Amino acid sequence: MLGLSASDWGAIRLTLELASLTTLLLLLLATPLAWWLARTTSRWRAPVGAVVALPLVLPPTVLGFYLLITLGPLGPGGQFTQWLGLGPLPFTFGGLLLGSVIYSLPFAVQPLQNAFAAMGTRPMEVAATLRARPFDAFVSVALPLARPGFLTAAILTFAHTVGEFGVVLMLGGNIPGKTSVVSTQIYGHVEAMEYAQAHWLAGGMVLFAFVVLLGLGLLNRRNVGVMP
Amino acid sequence: MKKLLRTAAALFLLATSASHAAEVTVAVAANFTAPMQKIAAAFTQDTGHTATLAFGSTGKFYAQIKSGAPFQMLLAADDETPAKLEKEGLTVANTRFTYATGRLVLWSKQAGLVDDKGDVLRTGSFTHIALADPKLAPYGAAAVETLDKLGLTQTLKPRMVQGESIGQAYQFVATGNAALGFVALSQVMVDGRIAEGSAWVVPANLHSTIKQDSVVLATGKDNPAATALTAYLKGDKARAIIRSYGYEF
Repeated sequence: MLGLSASDWGAIRLTLELASLTTLLLLLLATPLAWWLARTTSRWRAPVGAVVALPLVLPPTVLGFYLLITLGPLGPGGQFTQWLGLGPLPFTFGGLLLGSVIYSLPFAVQPLQNAFAAMGTRPMEVAATLRARPFDAFVSVALPLARPGFLTAAILTFAHTVGEFGVVLMLGGNIPGKTSVVSTQIYGHVEAMEYAQAHWLAGGMVLFAFVVLLGLGLLNRRNVGVMP
Repeated sequence: MKKLLRTAAALFLLATSASHAAEVTVAVAANFTAPMQKIAAAFTQDTGHTATLAFGSTGKFYAQIKSGAPFQMLLAADDETPAKLEKEGLTVANTRFTYATGRLVLWSKQAGLVDDKGDVLRTGSFTHIALADPKLAPYGAAAVETLDKLGLTQTLKPRMVQGESIGQAYQFVATGNAALGFVALSQVMVDGRIAEGSAWVVPANLHSTIKQDSVVLATGKDNPAATALTAYLKGDKARAIIRSYGYEF
């Protein structure tokens, strides 16, 4: 179908699964983290912010390499997951998920942090004077106000995870249906000189990325200032 | 200032006097990294020419050469790619030859895990066995051929993890993520011995010969260094280095 093999379609399905789950997990993780980063005056703020931003500047191969060592049966992460009874994570979908969460962390945290910071402290203060408990105020005041930030974070995280390559290559082991994603499929096709299949997948990726960024641009015209 | 000028003049003279020494840019298959670095150093010492080395995968080099990459020579990990380039008219006639034959090895970081007959493949309780992608790497294809011959491919398939190259397959085993794996003998051999862990050197009759061919590319047609390096690779000195890394001829 479409000049793509069954394993290509499997890779597309797996990529979409990985990106969706990563996005979901990251929104849950990034919301409290971004809130804390936007509000805190602690001296931990700068170092935590730097750690969150690390995946933006590190080559994915660095992340993949360290994850492979740390999560391997001899590494501390691997020892821990084995103690939990999960076994080592490399070569599993769970391992890719963990890698993607780390890899796309800044793409979720930063738009949310910007949205929370742009809100200022007033809405929460007003809610407090109206006797809203902090959590209630957060859910019914802060979250709706930060909606464009959430949208941006979700779209960017999803797209960034779809485009992931280095981490998966180092950590995945290219198992069809379990750890083969679109980017590694393209790499394999090019290496094997199967340029026609590489073109189908690569062209699809270009189109996908363009549509995502175009959508983000249109979103941003409506809600000014959510782009990180 | 005067001193500077004199030094510059001296350097200039030195550069012109060495001008008969040419330079060749060589694309080298990643599995041949260590021996080629040694060979290139000896080559410069013995001939005065320099070889600038780029290491990578044969498939990538093929794509780059087709797109006009500035390589004058290719030392491939297989014999198909140089032959293909020759068919496409991108090489210099009569320069293609087999510079080394690779040996496959089943290797583990743990001492005593792999026995010298490879029985561990049948009896071992391991979670993952690593190999290079058979579609991309000759060593990977040889590993699959071996397992086919032993009738173990189907049994082991669920436990296979594939690296995109022999280098990555090695990494999976070296980091302990795979208990054992098929790698190139050259990766685990130092000074004619397996450096660590346990290994089974796969008998050559279990898979087709892993021929690694070299060829001078059309871009290196009138480059004396390319001609010299081709000859040098066939010489005793180079062959001794190549052999010490577990390659054969």
